[in-house]
Amino acid sequence: MTAPLLDVRGLKVAARLGDRAHPILKEVSFQIMPGEAYGLVGESGSGKSVTSLAVMGLLKKPLRVAGGEILFKGQDLLQLSKREMRRLRGNRVAMIFQEPMTALNPLSTVGRQIAEMFVLHQGKGWDEAQRLAVDALASVRVPNPDRRARNFPHQMSGGLRQRVMIAMALACNPDLLIADEPTTALDVTVQAEVLRLIKELCAERGTAVLFISHDLGVIASTCQRVGVMYSGCLVEENETQALFGDPRHEYTRGLLGALPRLGSRSQHGRQRLVDIDSIISDRSKLTETRFIAPRAAEGGQP
Amino acid sequence: MTAPLLQVDDLHVRFPIAGGGLLGGRRTLYAVNGISFDLAKGECLSIVGESGCGKSTTALSILGLQEATEGSIRYRGQPFSGAGGPGRMQRARAVQMVFQDPYASLNPRQTVRTSLSAPLRLHGIKSASEISDRIEAMLADVGLTPEQADRYPHEFSGGQRQRIGIARALILEPEIVVLDEPVSALDVSIRAQIINLLLDLQEKRGLSYLMISHDLSVVEHMSDRVLVMFAGQVVEEGGWRQIFETPAHPYTRRLIAAIPDPDVALRRSERSERSADLPMLDGRAFVADGSVAPDVFVRPAPSELVEFAPGHKVRLAAAH
Ligand SMILES: Nc1ncnc2c1ncn2[C@@H]1O[C@H](COP(=O)(O)OP(=O)(O)OP(=O)(O)O)[C@@H](O)[C@H]1O
Ligand SMILES: Nc1ncnc2c1ncn2[C@@H]1O[C@H](COP(=O)(O)OP(=O)(O)OP(=O)(O)O)[C@@H](O)[C@H]1O
Ligand SMILES: [Mg+2]
Ligand SMILES: [Mg+2]
Repeated sequence: MTAPLLDVRGLKVAARLGDRAHPILKEVSFQIMPGEAYGLVGESGSGKSVTSLAVMGLLKKPLRVAGGEILFKGQDLLQLSKREMRRLRGNRVAMIFQEPMTALNPLSTVGRQIAEMFVLHQGKGWDEAQRLAVDALASVRVPNPDRRARNFPHQMSGGLRQRVMIAMALACNPDLLIADEPTTALDVTVQAEVLRLIKELCAERGTAVLFISHDLGVIASTCQRVGVMYSGCLVEENETQALFGDPRHEYTRGLLGALPRLGSRSQHGRQRLVDIDSIISDRSKLTETRFIAPRAAEGGQP
Repeated sequence: MTAPLLQVDDLHVRFPIAGGGLLGGRRTLYAVNGISFDLAKGECLSIVGESGCGKSTTALSILGLQEATEGSIRYRGQPFSGAGGPGRMQRARAVQMVFQDPYASLNPRQTVRTSLSAPLRLHGIKSASEISDRIEAMLADVGLTPEQADRYPHEFSGGQRQRIGIARALILEPEIVVLDEPVSALDVSIRAQIINLLLDLQEKRGLSYLMISHDLSVVEHMSDRVLVMFAGQVVEEGGWRQIFETPAHPYTRRLIAAIPDPDVALRRSERSERSADLPMLDGRAFVADGSVAPDVFVRPAPSELVEFAPGHKVRLAAAH
């Protein structure tokens, strides 16, 4: 059996407010295999972003890891020094966010910002790095990459900026890409293009992806395996097909029933959407049961 | 035949923009370029299309918050825009709006009771007991309790705030409600509750909705008719079945194909590749397929909206 690329074990994150620590993540465990696209879904505040920030070593006060391990290629990231973590970020593990403007420097051309990745992480000279930056823009299918490299971020549309983010994130061929709601701010057709780009580039390069979204459709169309988060817990995890086809946890069932499905009205007439509160008797008990399906054994035998 | 509740006829909105660059001068931004539609009593008409295509500008014109550059809007056959239009009070009883972000649209320093009673007072309802009865009935209709009337917006969840936003839009009993992305800021499960509520209220009160949404699965679920907008124009109009089962315009097809839908992604359902039969179109070209971003500073080329099946229209380049 291949070893997981990322193995999060019993991760606990707490927020310290005054002299009390509030649990935010309650023993979250999941693995991502090399090259696998893994999705985290769940409602707002369920802990998706905190999970990804913990993996990146970017938790800020008052949040801190209160227990567990985050093994990346077998090494516990929680034991690394700040400096070692910085080296890992952008190099072996990269991240793209919902709003590229917050991650891009408004005062520097996008070509320079991508080139910087090659200079900092791969020790390239500026001339070569600038050329690689243009190649990187071409690889994320930005038209006229030569000219676009000289653009400042505000001169680009949201979809183009998100492509620049992807180019920067993939510049050093990371093993793991963390994408936190990367397309939420985009129009549907642009979203579809950006999703396809992430999917194709990562498949080509064998990059594993931790994909975070509240949109079940986005997760279904990008990920092989999905974890459902609720209130700081991973309440269900399965192969995408199985999770959507045969949801086991009542929260997952409620979530899927609450979703208007394209084409359903044509087939069945207008059905009332499931009101999750009417099928869930006690929300406080939701995290008491967890359905984590075992991974299919290597070789594809079910 | 009775006149439709609302008739929008050849609406244009242009914005003069101070020109940048060396030459300075002014440029014209063509936001809405000849939109026409009718809204019937009790109907939900949705407008879909990408960011910047003119959806909100169209809605704001109907609300009297954006002056039309050209064209007319009529309500029950009477002028509803321009000089002959109604005053603010009259307009408020005809059309109201529910916003995308319920938090931004509520005054944080006012209790729910205060923000619901102000419009009633303004419209001449003086009796304290009548005001309080109407507020309580309204809150019950949107699924809130009378006790919650004395709380402030920050004490409510996102879904509850949207219920308050709906209550505030309905308190004067308007006939038309403009819904601008009413559920896109909400989580899936809360979104379902608000969609159910909007449909219940529509049925109970015979409301007409003009809904703006980029979420096509929500649009399919809620709408009777759909307008697909591109670059300030309607490129396709039809009943929900016509738009979703037999879309005619390439841009509509692109929009539908782009929706990330779990069933389609997992190949548990096929997206219909069928498109409407267009025998009468006779080789005429579609206007813009949406693959190139429109230039808002250029007046759109002449074109016409052609009805090729009852109620199903598609925009084609002008005949030569
Ligand atoms: N800096 C912080 N201090 C205290 N609590 C925090 C902080 N950041 C996040 N939290 C809490 O941690 C929980 C998880 O937040 P997180 O941002 O991970 O949610 P999410 O699943 O990403 O939601 P969304 O879909 O809204 O992005 C929430 O209850 C949130 O209130
Ligand atoms: N007050 C204004 N002054 C100048 N330009 C404006 C003004 N309001 C809107 N516009 C422009 O008019 C066009 C249409 O804008 P509108 O807000 O109607 O789009 P929309 O379809 O609602 O988009 P979104 O989905 O992003 O809300 C855009 O190009 C916009 O920048
Ligand atoms: Mg988040
Ligand atoms: Mg708008």
